Amino acid sequence: MQLESMYQEIILDHYRNPHNKGLREPHHGEAHHINPTCGDEITLRVRLEPAGGSLDGSATVADVSYDSMGCSISQASASVLTDLLIGRTVDDGMRVLAEFTELMHSKGQGEPDEDVLEDAVAFAGVSKYPARIKCALLAWMAWKDATAQSLETEKEGAS
Amino acid sequence: MTTSEPGRLDVEAVRADFPILARTVRDGRPLVYLDSGATSQKPRQVLDAERAFYEHHNAAVHRGAHQLAEEATDAYERARATIAAFIGAGSDEVVFTKNATEAINLVAYAMSNAATSGDEYHRFRVGPGDEVVVTEMEHHANLVPWQQLCQRTGATLRWFAVTPDGRLDLSDIDSLINERTKVVALAHQSNVLGTVNPVTAIAERAHAHGALVVADAAQSVPHMPVDVAALGVDFLAFSGHKMLGPNGIGVLWGRRELLAGMPPFITGGSMIGTVHIDHSTWADPPQRFEAGVPMAPQAVGLAAACDYLSALGMDNVLAHEQAVTAYALKQVGSLPGVRIIGPTDTADRGSAVAFTVEGIHPHDVGQVLDDLGVEVRVGHHCAWPLHRCYETVATTRASFYVYTTFAEIDALAEGIQAAQRFFGTAAAR
Repeated sequence: MQLESMYQEIILDHYRNPHNKGLREPHHGEAHHINPTCGDEITLRVRLEPAGGSLDGSATVADVSYDSMGCSISQASASVLTDLLIGRTVDDGMRVLAEFTELMHSKGQGEPDEDVLEDAVAFAGVSKYPARIKCALLAWMAWKDATAQSLETEKEGAS
Repeated sequence: MTTSEPGRLDVEAVRADFPILARTVRDGRPLVYLDSGATSQKPRQVLDAERAFYEHHNAAVHRGAHQLAEEATDAYERARATIAAFIGAGSDEVVFTKNATEAINLVAYAMSNAATSGDEYHRFRVGPGDEVVVTEMEHHANLVPWQQLCQRTGATLRWFAVTPDGRLDLSDIDSLINERTKVVALAHQSNVLGTVNPVTAIAERAHAHGALVVADAAQSVPHMPVDVAALGVDFLAFSGHKMLGPNGIGVLWGRRELLAGMPPFITGGSMIGTVHIDHSTWADPPQRFEAGVPMAPQAVGLAAACDYLSALGMDNVLAHEQAVTAYALKQVGSLPGVRIIGPTDTADRGSAVAFTVEGIHPHDVGQVLDDLGVEVRVGHHCAWPLHRCYETVATTRASFYVYTTFAEIDALAEGIQAAQRFFGTAAAR
């Protein structure tokens, strides 16, 4: 069975006991993403805390909250994301996102950096199954959108 | 295994015709292919027919006067006759398309083209105040084109609901189909529920009000005897690749007098009567609806598929699938935590068996099954509104065909239990 390589214990733990789940206020940006092949969806909110006067890449991700339904991979991925990104700067978070995206497209050949990805290294096995990559990336794409939106709102507010 | 195989097909002999069924998947597991509702596998006879066309007769059909062009055209038109006979139609009533989706779009676009064409096409005009009726169980292919037709023309979309046990709710048929109805478009057999709809009765009602009836037969023509005259509809669409034939070919059957009065959808070469620099006239059907160099090798392949199915006997195909479906409904339906979405007996029901497994997302069910070599479909199966009716985002669907064995159903049931054990859901035993 190859199943264990995909469904690592870490993934199943996050799936059964998701961290930071539920939508919270206040928030700066919100994104709703759907996987059109299966109908799974996530609504994800981001709250940022500015480092200086305005919100930019140096701002801290103060909270990520979400409501979602979907398979074990998409649910666990959202949970892992909140653990990884809350407390980091936006720029740092984008680097983690880039690393995770690269791992997901590695077709099982990736050598994930555990220092950067922490629990998210458990998703390495998912990259062997093209049909499931989108499941793993759903929350991450929503976070990217919600964060970009937060920064945009700030720009519009400033102008 | 073979000795206990009920039904009237020699399934082991059938399987020997399908090279792909002998392969293994995922670390050497025998392939258990339960996704024929998405696409069927192809027997050697179909592959050989297509290959023979390319090797001996290949040329652009309906063009050129050389010997190969004659042979290719002959093969193409013979294929049309074979496929027409397979559904009890006349050759001139069979239009080749890319697939069932394109066939349905052809009718929907012809209808909106009628609005801007001459009076000779008035029969197909729709506009504000007119109604188009579909059902909640439609595949997106027989829903979205009608939504779009309504959007382009200002007509109103209405629909039949489904009942909790997977049937069409006909209680409001008198208000749904009325003097404003221009088109009733419905699945002959649902690709998710397996339900076979009472198409003939609904068509009678629609015709009483002068409406046209379009049947999506993508899931029925491959699996049961279909006679267009008996069915009583006006248009019928199906795909070659779901009935042992090649990809890239589908069929729109239409009543002769309707096709004759219908404006074209895709225009270009070989669908014309005469062409001037500023205007053109159209060829007679079916050529009017077949612009461009047609898919002759695929037509020849599809005709070979029809011959293959006819040799098995469509009554035998149906009987075999009914037996397999009944067994699947029993073996899968009786598992704790499993809920069948659709009718739970084989009356007016085909061989798509969709289900949910309590506490396990269909993607995860499918992943465990795939690990065991059991290939099913997971998701909404291009029937998103239908899934909403059953308050589920997605289901797992097993679908069967002439090569499906009882042992494969056992493998499916065992796989579902393996998923329940793996995810530790309460229902595991």
